[in-house]
Amino acid sequence: MTEKPIPVPNPDSVEFWKACNEEKFLIQTCNSCGKNQFYPRAICKHCHGSDLDWQPASGRGKVKTFTVVNHAPSPAFKEDLPYVLALIDLEEGVRAMMNVIGCDVVDVHIGMDIELTFEARGDQKIPQAKAI
Amino acid sequence: MKKAIITGAYDTDVGELHGSSCMGLHAEAALGAITDAGLNKADIDGVLCAYSFTEPHLMLSSVFCEYMNIQPKFNAAIEVGGATACVMVMQAAALVESGMCRNVLVVTGDNRLTGMPKGGAVATLAKVGHAQYEHPYGMSVPAAYALVANHYMNEYGTTSEQLASISVSAREHAIRNTKAHRRTPITIEDVLNSRMIASPLHVLDCCLISDGGAAIIVSAGETGADAAKKPIEILGTGQGHTHEHIMAAPSLSDFGCKHAAHTAFGRAGITAKDVDVAEIYDSFTITLLMELESIGFFERGEAGPACLSGALKLDGQLPCNTHGGLMSYGHSGAAGGMFHVVEAVRQLRHEAEGRQVKDSEIAFVHGDGGILSAHCSLVFGRT
Ligand SMILES: [Zn+2]
Repeated sequence: MTEKPIPVPNPDSVEFWKACNEEKFLIQTCNSCGKNQFYPRAICKHCHGSDLDWQPASGRGKVKTFTVVNHAPSPAFKEDLPYVLALIDLEEGVRAMMNVIGCDVVDVHIGMDIELTFEARGDQKIPQAKAI
Repeated sequence: MKKAIITGAYDTDVGELHGSSCMGLHAEAALGAITDAGLNKADIDGVLCAYSFTEPHLMLSSVFCEYMNIQPKFNAAIEVGGATACVMVMQAAALVESGMCRNVLVVTGDNRLTGMPKGGAVATLAKVGHAQYEHPYGMSVPAAYALVANHYMNEYGTTSEQLASISVSAREHAIRNTKAHRRTPITIEDVLNSRMIASPLHVLDCCLISDGGAAIIVSAGETGADAAKKPIEILGTGQGHTHEHIMAAPSLSDFGCKHAAHTAFGRAGITAKDVDVAEIYDSFTITLLMELESIGFFERGEAGPACLSGALKLDGQLPCNTHGGLMSYGHSGAAGGMFHVVEAVRQLRHEAEGRQVKDSEIAFVHGDGGILSAHCSLVFGRT
């Protein structure tokens, strides 16, 4: 396999991935307890309620932590080496994994401001973090 | 109720074992442990297996029992990643303490080095990542641990030299252990100059990929008087679970090891200070450092300087991973965690030859599965 993985939506995530193709990152908000969650689930992880709505993220966030990857987990990622893998905290209070792109890997640091962007992966766009 | 005891322990050769198979390693380890316990196959009434990369199966424990031609009255496979060995021991102790079983065989093994194409084990391991939200970003297991390492170093001032010293101590122990997979002497500079896998983790900050197997027999406490060798008591056990995927971890500094160890110490009626020898899951240097602080062997930010000044050596404050650990002794999947268990038994029996911790009475064993996701602690005592 030489292609990078393409997310396969399931009933929990189909709305999320559909919105990604429109370059929107949707966060689930619970109508019972008012809290947010990522990744999408059939229930609220905080109160186990099932009355959930979707809200688009502002697109602003910060690098919580990162690593510069020098050894790829599969051949598909070899051409990208070295690349940055990061945990991104969005300003809505949820955390997601992304690559930090749009800058030299040595310039990435903890606490760095990023904005969401989207990368085409086959027919699916996936969220990525772009250095501001 | 008498506490469960370990009556038999055995590990196969470890390293690059051409001609080995997953079930063959299981069988060798099982027979070795049964013999070590002075038991016969008919005495085994419970079997716990783990998982395999080279012969993956939905019912590995049934495959094993069929391979061995044994028909236990309790049989199950357990999968909690690197915590599996410790969780199996905890489960076996519960089985004998409840009266459900008398002698439980806990067996692991895999030939993930010679039994897979190059890179196969690394690619399979990466599947602990989330298929939709982590895999697409090229997350490997070392990269996921590197995320924690970078956070931890930034927060508490841990240095690469301090992490490297953990790998060097493990290698020094492996040099004293003729069975270890890697025995070439290394220095802190060697670790720092080794190939970067995912910053800040170099290849010598990472565990090995090895073939090997290991097994123990957990028996009812009442059988202790008849045991062939000095029985080792399972004084306390505990678990802690916070997440599976690193993106969903509630904290990047505190993980389930804290709760697992607290529970195990409480059940054993001891504190961290009472531990004579520790065998703690060391998939990466950062794994061990974080566990040492989170469990309470060292204050936050103090494990690094302590490791650098030799705290983990045989004559140090906390002799740790005395067989060489996952970074130098070997890592064969679930057997990797079981090597820690077998080594603790050897230390408490005072059978550890050139690496014996003098007069050791209490051992602590810890397993970590996933990305610091699932934790299980064990406290053993010399009876
Ligand atoms: Zn809720």
